[in-house]
Amino acid sequence: MKNKDSLMLYIHIPFCERKCDYCDFLSFVTDEDTKAGYFKGLFKQLELKAELAGNIPVSSIFIGGGTPSCVDERFIYDTLMLVRDKYRVLDDAEITMESNPNSIRKEALSVYRNAGINRISMGLQSADNEELKLLSRLHSYEDFLKAYDAVRLCGFDNVNVDLMSGLPGQSIASFEKTLSKVISLKPEHISAYSLIFEEGTRFYERYGDGEGVVDEETDRYIYHMTQSMLKDFGYERYEISNYSRPGKECRHNLGYWVRRPYLGFGPSAASLFDEKRYSMHRDLKAFIAGDFSESVEELSLNARMEEFMFLGLRLTKGISRDEFFKAFNKDLDSVYKDVLEKLQKEGLLDISGRVKLTEKGLDLANYAMSQFLLD
Amino acid sequence: MNQDHIRNFCIIAHIDHGKSTLADRIIEQTGLLTSREMQAQVLDNMDLERERGITIKAQSVRTVYKAQDGEEYIFNLIDTPGHVDFNYEVSRSLAACDGAILVVDAAQGIEAQTLANVYLALDHDLDVFPVINKIDLPSAEPQKVIDEIEDVIGIEAQDAPLISAKNGINIDQVLEAIVHKVPAPKGDSDAPLQALIFDSLYDSYKGVISFVRIKNGRVKKGAPIKMMATGATAEVVEVGIFGAGQFIPCEELSAGMVGYITASIKNVRDTAVGDTITRTDNPCSEPLPGYKPVQPMVYCGVYPADGAKYPDLRDALEKLQLNDAALFYEPETSIALGFGFRCGFLGLLHLEIIQERLEREYNLDLVTTAPGVVYRVFKTNGEMIELTNPSNLPDPSEIEHMEEPVVNAEIMVTREFVGSIMELCQERRGRYISMEYMEETRALLKYELPLNEIIYDFFDALKSRSRGYASFDYELKGYEKSELVKLDILVNREEVDALSFIVFSGSAYERGRKMCEKLKDEIPRHLFEVPIQAAVGGKIIARETVKAMRKDVLAKCYGGDISRKKKLLEKQKEGKKRMRSVGNVEIPQKAFMSVLKLDEE
Repeated sequence: MKNKDSLMLYIHIPFCERKCDYCDFLSFVTDEDTKAGYFKGLFKQLELKAELAGNIPVSSIFIGGGTPSCVDERFIYDTLMLVRDKYRVLDDAEITMESNPNSIRKEALSVYRNAGINRISMGLQSADNEELKLLSRLHSYEDFLKAYDAVRLCGFDNVNVDLMSGLPGQSIASFEKTLSKVISLKPEHISAYSLIFEEGTRFYERYGDGEGVVDEETDRYIYHMTQSMLKDFGYERYEISNYSRPGKECRHNLGYWVRRPYLGFGPSAASLFDEKRYSMHRDLKAFIAGDFSESVEELSLNARMEEFMFLGLRLTKGISRDEFFKAFNKDLDSVYKDVLEKLQKEGLLDISGRVKLTEKGLDLANYAMSQFLLD
Repeated sequence: MNQDHIRNFCIIAHIDHGKSTLADRIIEQTGLLTSREMQAQVLDNMDLERERGITIKAQSVRTVYKAQDGEEYIFNLIDTPGHVDFNYEVSRSLAACDGAILVVDAAQGIEAQTLANVYLALDHDLDVFPVINKIDLPSAEPQKVIDEIEDVIGIEAQDAPLISAKNGINIDQVLEAIVHKVPAPKGDSDAPLQALIFDSLYDSYKGVISFVRIKNGRVKKGAPIKMMATGATAEVVEVGIFGAGQFIPCEELSAGMVGYITASIKNVRDTAVGDTITRTDNPCSEPLPGYKPVQPMVYCGVYPADGAKYPDLRDALEKLQLNDAALFYEPETSIALGFGFRCGFLGLLHLEIIQERLEREYNLDLVTTAPGVVYRVFKTNGEMIELTNPSNLPDPSEIEHMEEPVVNAEIMVTREFVGSIMELCQERRGRYISMEYMEETRALLKYELPLNEIIYDFFDALKSRSRGYASFDYELKGYEKSELVKLDILVNREEVDALSFIVFSGSAYERGRKMCEKLKDEIPRHLFEVPIQAAVGGKIIARETVKAMRKDVLAKCYGGDISRKKKLLEKQKEGKKRMRSVGNVEIPQKAFMSVLKLDEE
């Protein structure tokens, strides 16, 4: 079995102080007892799965949510202590935790550091307080600044800031302002997503799938502007919506696109292990009661090759023919010759060296990626 | 069998006025069938028919009634299709009867179609007696309906049974009326055989089963027979009568009887509806009157959505045709749609029924092109061609003139909607003939209308503009000279043959514009801009543009999203499969049918 040289862990914290109107991740607003119960369940699951991981070195851990910063920091500490105890976590492993500006406290930050967390991801979304209100965020830009300073003061030298474009009513100018403010803070990493109107969210009820709410031309203008501005200030786009200083790419994020195995913990978490994709149920109560059942999908050779392509192409550096051959013992061109040529002709794919999406291809990634599905 | 005790009759009614329900009651109360055997509606044994509430294929049933005079009578109830598409089949069924029950809804009164069928029955010298149904409805006005029948149709109606077929009220009166008002047949059993074919059915074991009314003579197993119009000959294998839902073999059929004949005939075309069966060894001198070969009125292209299913489609059409002599098909090819068939139908309902049966019973996914009528193209070299596929229209320079079929239409409508219905007929190039008030509140409008104006959505328009109160009937009048042009659609500057249609020149601009608008919504965005143009004789008359796709990307994707993301990509790719490529543009299958819906907005 290839790719057993390293493993990633994803730990889901399904709690928030308030559910944002656009968010469709699994998260609950609940009491302390439930949270305590949850961590009990989580610990049990971590112990159970440790057997699976065996001696495989863990190269990254991502604590996401939800809002991990809204639970008592001791839970985070205990979680990571348990992980270190049961798993072979590498000394230089990247350990990220997501946070919201309003729930980050100075005392907690040092606990996170002591627990080994070395990368903080901050959900800012916008530097415009009106836009933050629209997004039903609980913080202002000023709250974020305070939190950001605290994070830096505490010694975190790898920080990501999440931004969101394509908000209803957002102008190009307002996004530009947000971007320039964030650039001046010099975070190592910036994620700039355009908002997706997900079914089941309050935004979806309000705006439908977003068609007509956000002008497509504006949306693309913002994407292109973001890329060129960030480039000027030393950030490289390495994934459709992710930018970083050289060497500061999120290793965990990268791992997803190169199909590095990962184990997920908590309801709704997914795993890729032994060429099977697992997906945990979304029932918090059942999880607390000890139900860790997951759906399993075994990936056929075709499914693996498809994934290799449509995941790998999210990265701006694309995929390498050698790696494809190493993974499947097949020539990329023998499997995908027609698709490669077609997409090249359409100006979406660069196939001269590594196979990668062009700038236009990145805008139309879904179309390009769908072509790599095998019948 | 003594002819005095046979009654051959049918039921004439507008859709929903209760024909099938009354038939059920008659069958029930004449016994021969226990309640357990009763299906909800014995006569309508095709699912499709039941769902639509229409009887498509004529069926027949024989029952025995013990009358109040103590005698037993044989009732042959012959079913008639209830739609204008099947007018000819109706006329043949009527020709097999000696009398008819006219069922009129006590609340709704006479409808255009009822009237047309009553006249058809009277033309065939049938004795028609009325029955007023649904008298238990709160809105029933039986006396008003009785007066209307007498005024409009001119038949005696004062003693019409007032019934509720649904609730079984006064059915006994109907049964007695059948005995007394339907005349007994008056054939000569000793004369040479004359049997009228009023329907036929293909059975994989027995071959074609012909439904016949013996007018004169007799027939039994072993008789050498001949179909007088088609010339086909065969030897009778079996004769029998119609039980409810089953065939019951018998020794012999003789004058006055209704039953079936099988003779190992493989093709329904050999036993055309309306043809006369006689014996080859003792033939009758004249066939029975009224035979007409079937003639499709409406044509369209039928293509398999998946090109590989072409042979399946051919097999399915072959099988359907075994049972439906009115269905016509021949292979054709389209640049846009590949291999398929040009199919001919009696009318739009017939088309829809066949299409649904192909999809439902044969599991085929179809793409159909816009239906058209048969145009006559007179060429400058004196030649005349009957055009069923717009793509075959000769170059305009070779065309002297063209003709299109025109129908005589009768529309019955309540006074308040006369204006809007007249307006509709004007819009559809109707020529006003007359209007007469049947009674104070209802008028009978007569128009001449080009057939191609009514095959798309005339029924729908009629219904919506009269809030359901108008009824409609038509028959082909003939061909008339008309200014017709071929409207072509160009997608990304390439002509899409399957989207071309023939249109009245005065409507070309309007149709072209609507067509472009419609296609703009149907054709997905491509990587490049896609112009959609309508053209007549190479001249562009309308244009729309599908803008190039600028954004198609899932900005955010997490590890947990990968299975979901793949499903999204699969859906996207799957959608592509349901499209047809024309040049480098993908056109969804349903776009080919969008021309049908142009007038809905």
